[in-house]
Amino acid sequence: MNIYLKALKRDLRIAIRNPSSILNPLLFFIISVSLFTLAVSPEATTLAQIAAGIIWVASMLSVLLSLNALFHHDFENGVLEQMVISHHALPLLILSKITAHWILTGIPIILLSPLLGLFLFLDGDGIWILMITLLLATPSLSLIGAIGASLIVGIKNSGMLLSLLILPLYIPILIFASSAVSQAQFGLEITGQLYFLATIFIVSLMTAPFVSAMALKISLE
Amino acid sequence: MLKIDKLSCQKGYNLLFNHLSFEVNSGDILRITGTNGSGKTSLLKILAGLDVQEQGNVFLNNHAVKSKAYQEEIFYLGHLSALSGELSALENLEFLIGLNKSTNQVQLIKALSDIGLKGYEDEYCAKLSAGQKRRVILTGLFISNAKVWLLDEPFTALDPNGVTIIESRINKHCAQGGLCLFTTHQSSALLNQKVLSL
Repeated sequence: MNIYLKALKRDLRIAIRNPSSILNPLLFFIISVSLFTLAVSPEATTLAQIAAGIIWVASMLSVLLSLNALFHHDFENGVLEQMVISHHALPLLILSKITAHWILTGIPIILLSPLLGLFLFLDGDGIWILMITLLLATPSLSLIGAIGASLIVGIKNSGMLLSLLILPLYIPILIFASSAVSQAQFGLEITGQLYFLATIFIVSLMTAPFVSAMALKISLE
Repeated sequence: MLKIDKLSCQKGYNLLFNHLSFEVNSGDILRITGTNGSGKTSLLKILAGLDVQEQGNVFLNNHAVKSKAYQEEIFYLGHLSALSGELSALENLEFLIGLNKSTNQVQLIKALSDIGLKGYEDEYCAKLSAGQKRRVILTGLFISNAKVWLLDEPFTALDPNGVTIIESRINKHCAQGGLCLFTTHQSSALLNQKVLSL
């Protein structure tokens, strides 16, 4: 088996054997969305208006919550050292890890979003567009997040630093994704927003693994 | 041949070594000695391509450190176990060896058995003792294709039998044209070892 697939399989296997690493961010996502329905208003029209924003903010924060663990364990046990000195392409090994991270956090969020959309009285079109925006943008969240995670890998208690580094980079995604869902609810054109999200995904796919590899090498020195 | 040319390394305000030059030929065993903090680990990390030197060059058969041809020939054993506690000894090895060469499970199971870990193949590494973990990573070293072994305190946590096994494997590796650089504070019965004091 290809080493990059091995790296992906390895990360998935570790996560399955340590399920709290997957379940904690997911529970955070569900709980935070559910609390909004209690705190804001039980009215369908009010909730439907802010649904996209709530789900997007919650998914972004739950991804952020899971990023600390992306490289941390491999850094502590020395596997990251072995990855850095191997003759294989480090950016591709990192891409395998990012893909595993997306499978473990992004896909569950996408699959849960219709249910949470229904909680918040999103209509059928809104739910459909919400899922498309999540499908387009959650990989970008993992890719961009990997840059921050690799920069702080050697620093203890660095959760706040990671948020400060990464959240500003997430803002354009948040704006375009939530506005796509809101506009779709009013039957407006959303092609522009989707193109923008796709562009962010492609640019981050092409750059994030390389930047992350450089940051990891610096962190390990 | 591993050629180290005018290598300098500084950590913070401390200059660990300056203009260090030496050569290690095929078959050589080089023991690096020095007091704590003298730069033994830093030197091995530079040779492994993990650390960056202030000045100087490192070449293996004219291939510079960090080049693909150089890194293919290196196996670095550091202070850390390089094992994930959630994975079994066999699963850890499959990935670690995969970083160096392709291999199959039968080979790995036999190698684990040879180093005294028969029956522990499917045991999670979190449940292994420090010495057993060391043996797992040493198994990876023994079946790798790497010509240059960079071993930082390889005898740590090993029992006398484990030390004997690793010493005989180092001797065998170097007799077959490999080369080995290692640090240790323990006495070592390795044959024909050269010594570099930092």
